[in-house]
Amino acid sequence: MIWNEKIECASREEMEVIQSERLCDTVKRIYHNVPAYRKKMQEVGLTAYDIHGISDLHKLPFTIKTDLRDNYPFGLFTVPMSEIVRLHASSGTTGKPIVVGYTRKDIQMWAEVVSRSLTMAGVHRDDIVQIAYGYGLFTGGLGLHYGTENMGASVIPISGGNTHKQIQLMEDFGSSVLCCTPSYALNIAEVMKEMKVDIKNLKLRVGIFGAEPWSEAMRKDIEAKLGIKAIDIYGLSEIVGPGVSCECEHQCGMHVNEDHFLPEIINPETLEPMAPGEVGELVFTTITKEGIPLIRYRTRDLTRLIYDKCVCGRTLVRMEKCKGRSDDMLIIRGVNVFPSQVESVLLSMSEVEPHYLIIVDREGTLDKMSLMVEVQEQFFSDEIKKLEDLRVKIARKLDSVLGISVNVKLVEPKTIERTAGKAKRVIDNRKI
Amino acid sequence: MLIKQLSIFLENKSGRLNEVSQILGSNGINMSAFSVADTSEFGILRLIVSDPERACKVLRDNQFSVSLTDVVCLNCPNEPGALAKALQILSDNKISIEYLYAYSMGDSANVVLKPDQLELCIKVLQEHQMELVKASELYKI
Repeated sequence: MIWNEKIECASREEMEVIQSERLCDTVKRIYHNVPAYRKKMQEVGLTAYDIHGISDLHKLPFTIKTDLRDNYPFGLFTVPMSEIVRLHASSGTTGKPIVVGYTRKDIQMWAEVVSRSLTMAGVHRDDIVQIAYGYGLFTGGLGLHYGTENMGASVIPISGGNTHKQIQLMEDFGSSVLCCTPSYALNIAEVMKEMKVDIKNLKLRVGIFGAEPWSEAMRKDIEAKLGIKAIDIYGLSEIVGPGVSCECEHQCGMHVNEDHFLPEIINPETLEPMAPGEVGELVFTTITKEGIPLIRYRTRDLTRLIYDKCVCGRTLVRMEKCKGRSDDMLIIRGVNVFPSQVESVLLSMSEVEPHYLIIVDREGTLDKMSLMVEVQEQFFSDEIKKLEDLRVKIARKLDSVLGISVNVKLVEPKTIERTAGKAKRVIDNRKI
Repeated sequence: MLIKQLSIFLENKSGRLNEVSQILGSNGINMSAFSVADTSEFGILRLIVSDPERACKVLRDNQFSVSLTDVVCLNCPNEPGALAKALQILSDNKISIEYLYAYSMGDSANVVLKPDQLELCIKVLQEHQMELVKASELYKI
């Protein structure tokens, strides 16, 4: 089923007409209402009347996270507070959080794109949707919540954490859809095993996971452990929250709701737009948002866009699973390292748990990467030799994938912190 | 003749060994023998206890990685050359020892060993009239 066939299956020409019209309208609104934007445009010699359609998009200046911080809290809002009906904020690991305001229409638009996403994932009105994303300032919980209600499925607004209760409700209520972060899904699977819950007795069939990068290997792992189809949903609070894009049941890239969020791929070094199909940094321009429209917002996520029609019939452009972020990329001894690469190495080995922690230190002038990995209970051997062999095997495999030597430390099971939210995978102790 | 030995994976962190002994103690499980093998990063604690199955369960309940391994225990006189005699038999039969630990008690000594070929090891030692300690006896010590 397709939630909004007219839009989701529109021809490229039809879509571009919609996008151009909406882009021009958005540019006018921000130019006239937000001094910070007007100033930025004037600096590059632009006025609102120089933008005639999406072919002029590349002329507009970029917006970055710092712009949002500099205008904290409401500086980039386009409408007066009387129009704003909700505020969300991202946790912000450094400095001030990023605040996003939604008008009533924004909330409706968000529910629409999440309803589309859920339908893409194969969710229907008869489903019982357990939302284990955090509710609150974080967009995950409420975003999925409104979209699920909008499409008519039943919501269990359980929020994150309290894993025993999550599992109990899954059994008692017969939840058929689970929404949470992929790492929390693995955590739930682990606790199920401890509680000796047989997945055959659960009605779970679809998982909608997002808010942190995860690999194809991790998808397979979750699908096997929970007996479900694991769907990747993408979003960031700055743009709207979850529902910016989502995979369909064919799991071949996330369909971008591009009639609301106009995507581009740029070279993160030169900032030049890249040809369709090339991997680069994903940039979004919101073209319907009222509260806080963003022009060419740099997501820092690395991916590529696929413009072919999908098997599911949708023509919405697809983005590939993010290959990492241009800013969580670690540079260790000159080598680019993505935590997702480490994860896929670990997941390819049955002996270890996919829970890991990367620690980067600088000794003298040399960067050193250590990796803490949990040893699976069933693989634990009473012979040092075998454990040493395992350690060496992991280190060799990492070396061949990453191109740097990694000091692997085996740690006891369940010692790496589990979180109900975003997993912390990297501790960088270097002072650069 | 097979002895169930408890093997526990421990990170090299202070207090971990203490934790193990606390858990066993509070569950009324007695230790007959133990040894610690360590590397710079982690260690393996090997234990002979009064109730291996239950010890295994209580430790697992406390999130430890535990396995039960079959080992043999040789009782030999506490005198020069006694161990050498036993090791010679194993060596003649091309049996390698993964690890061993021993303790003496007055006139005799107990040697817990993990050979690479367990069945063969028991067989050749018995053929040479070496005294192997029964599990039921060792657990009681």
